[in-house]
Amino acid sequence: MQLVNEMKLEFMSKSNNESFGRVVAAAFASQLDPTVEELADIKTAVSEAVTNAIIHGYEDSSGTVEMICRLYDEGIQIIISDKGKGIEDIELARQPLYTSKPDMERSGMGFTVMESFMDSVEIVSEPNMGTTVTMFKKLKS
Amino acid sequence: MDVKLSKKGTTLVVRIMEDMDHHSAQYLRQKIDSEITKATIKNIVFDFTNVNFMDSSGIGVVVGRYKNVCKLNGKAAIVNANPKILRIFEMSGVLKIIPVYNSLDTAISSMCG
Repeated sequence: MQLVNEMKLEFMSKSNNESFGRVVAAAFASQLDPTVEELADIKTAVSEAVTNAIIHGYEDSSGTVEMICRLYDEGIQIIISDKGKGIEDIELARQPLYTSKPDMERSGMGFTVMESFMDSVEIVSEPNMGTTVTMFKKLKS
Repeated sequence: MDVKLSKKGTTLVVRIMEDMDHHSAQYLRQKIDSEITKATIKNIVFDFTNVNFMDSSGIGVVVGRYKNVCKLNGKAAIVNANPKILRIFEMSGVLKIIPVYNSLDTAISSMCG
């Protein structure tokens, strides 16, 4: 795979940055001339990952969310990471409908949405060190 | 978050005018819940005509309000959600419990009876 372009963005873990993050990712991805459908998939997956970093990673505290986007000839890689509290059981967190925050009316569908809208989703996490989600989407154009 | 609330009999019509994510969900939830408490509301219709984007945070808002109106023996409905939004509702099983309509009038009339 040939790297075409790369960008890195950091923002505070504030919920109004959820839309900022997904719009930036979509704007950058548009250089690869994706379909409207593909762009919507990317926006949704980024929104889920950024939301997780904000509400699970940092909970009530404040921190920095980092997003790296790499454009390849075959598609886009998006890496979203936080230095928050981490995930103890990644397999459990990936289960559809599992949520650690039912009181917040979280549906537990975040990772399921990322997996179904992207081609691959990898999660690396360590308690009290943070979480990194690496996603890839092939683009047909 | 821009949302328009209106009452048709005992049905609360929630017209969401923006993207629905975790950020806007907090405001939306509060706005709807306070309306349900102060008015004589039994049913709720979510009008998605003006919503281009929704992530899984929208599921919690809709299902949470659905549970609230169920306690009042009321019903809930979803109107005019785009295919992307419907896919997220479908993945989480929402479409098995909440009906989807293409027109607001049909949704509102389905609430009676």
